[in-house]
Amino acid sequence: MYYLKLIFKNVFRAKLRTTLTVTGLVVAIVAFGLLQTVVDAWFAGANSASNARLITRNAISLVFPMPIYYRERMRSIEGVKTVSYSQWFGGIYKEPSNFFPQFAVDHTNYFDLYPEFLIKPEELLAFKRDRQGAVVGRKLADQFGWKVGDVVPIRGTIFSGNWQFNVRAIYDGRDEATLTRQFFLRFDFINDELKKKFPRRGDQIGVFNVLVNDPSRAADISKTIDAEFRNSLAETLTETEKAFQLGFVAQSEAIVVAIRIVSFVVIFIIMAVVANTMAMTARERIAEYATLKVLGFSPAYVAALIFGEAMVLALFGAVVGILLTFPMAQGFAASPAGAAFASFAVSASTVWMQIACAVVVGVVAALVPGWRSARVKIVDGLRHVG
Amino acid sequence: MSTTLVEIKHLVKTYTRGDQDVPVLRDITLNIERGDFIALMGPSGSGKSTLLNLIAGIDKPTEGILRIDGQDISQLSEGELADWRASNIGFIFQFYNLMPVLTAYENVELPLLLTNLSKAERRERVELTLNMVGLSDRMDHYPNELSGGQQQRVAIARAVVTDPTILVCDEPTGDLDKQSATDVLNMLKDLNEKLGKTIIMVTHDGHAAEAARRVVHLEKGELLGEVV
Repeated sequence: MYYLKLIFKNVFRAKLRTTLTVTGLVVAIVAFGLLQTVVDAWFAGANSASNARLITRNAISLVFPMPIYYRERMRSIEGVKTVSYSQWFGGIYKEPSNFFPQFAVDHTNYFDLYPEFLIKPEELLAFKRDRQGAVVGRKLADQFGWKVGDVVPIRGTIFSGNWQFNVRAIYDGRDEATLTRQFFLRFDFINDELKKKFPRRGDQIGVFNVLVNDPSRAADISKTIDAEFRNSLAETLTETEKAFQLGFVAQSEAIVVAIRIVSFVVIFIIMAVVANTMAMTARERIAEYATLKVLGFSPAYVAALIFGEAMVLALFGAVVGILLTFPMAQGFAASPAGAAFASFAVSASTVWMQIACAVVVGVVAALVPGWRSARVKIVDGLRHVG
Repeated sequence: MSTTLVEIKHLVKTYTRGDQDVPVLRDITLNIERGDFIALMGPSGSGKSTLLNLIAGIDKPTEGILRIDGQDISQLSEGELADWRASNIGFIFQFYNLMPVLTAYENVELPLLLTNLSKAERRERVELTLNMVGLSDRMDHYPNELSGGQQQRVAIARAVVTDPTILVCDEPTGDLDKQSATDVLNMLKDLNEKLGKTIIMVTHDGHAAEAARRVVHLEKGELLGEVV
């Protein structure tokens, strides 16, 4: 108890220095937490992907389409339960900065494959009955203030022209990881319009979404699908939805690595700051530590005092920093920049990493001053008195 | 029980500064009896503080014999010396060396934390000792809320609270006004005469030295002689 009392009294002895050091720690812990959350959010889509769903695309590249009739042949493959399809639409709503994912889908069964999209049955029916209908995620609807019945004008880029879609359904996510910032429209509508202008571009689709009966057979079924279309006009590449999404993440892996590096650089910098604070503190108190040794306290006790003080500083900064990380993450998630992520929630692993970083900062910061103070000769320490 | 408490024979202390050996104490031989009050005097650099530090077990001699109560403390390890100091030595510094973040009570309690006393026993001892030095009404005050004389009295209380064998005082009146210095010296005399504490005091001050039973002079690391 006395040891703790002495530590706490020493921590708040130089109030300005302690406040500045803790403030620096708080900023570092918050920055670390937010950067780690960005990395988590990057992988969130892949992590929430189902193992029972496969994605089949053109083997050459995702930008090349496949004939829509492939679906019938896929359906006949053993183990395949449902086949649907989707096509990247890539339009602009008012301004390019209003970017959100838009997919033209098979309205008949696409949402059967995605039970994590919670849609009211009557709204889904309305979507299926309206060729210009659209299903919108809750986050996206909230962002632009859309309601069921609203008309959303979108300027096509891949599918040129000015398009208008009627919001027929707004879906919620089953959990936080579910993307609710997407816009689904009917493929048959744009396909028919496209065929009027460019007949040869019609009936071509970007990806097939395949639901299998047994997820453990996903690899075998993927091979069977690709074998089915070998030596055809458009050979296919089938992989699990998770692998497909991780492929996207891998394209931006350098950014993720950079974010991770920056988050640890921030911790390294604050480690140097706290180490400097502890070094100054120990130097100033060298006579007090010598006095403690004269009284019979061991060098280890003196080192433990410095270690304890560094740990209190670090953990105090960590606690405040962690508590601040949550509202700041929520604030970021609510901002236009944060809306780009399906989920921007601070994970338990991030909190544990923040705590671990604080412990490492405390230990490393106390190492040199603790070791020096423990080793300093009593007579040399006492000379600092006068 | 032998009456000689401190036995010093042919004691040598040499510091190394760079490549050079600097002798600080040369062939010191001195006995201090139990219950004695001895003043070590001498000009700056004479080695009196070094001798005091050796007797207090906070430094080690280069050569010679240094026995306290029959135990050769020069043979003890750092850890053993720390334990030995805790139970045998009470140290009084010129600048009090109190912990500024602790109250007078907590400062006096500090050395008792190294004993097996219960909290209640510690409280009893601390209150008794602070009462003895006349500071029972200042227990909750921090050092910066006390005068120099009061701080030194807290330091004296801290030095005697463990009932040590020897009180070691390094210029205990060096930072005090005349009245406070007299009070502190009277207190040391009382500790020596009434409680039989053995006191070894380094001082520049002839007036302070008068409180001692014996005065030993050092110069350039050598013992010149003594006045009884």
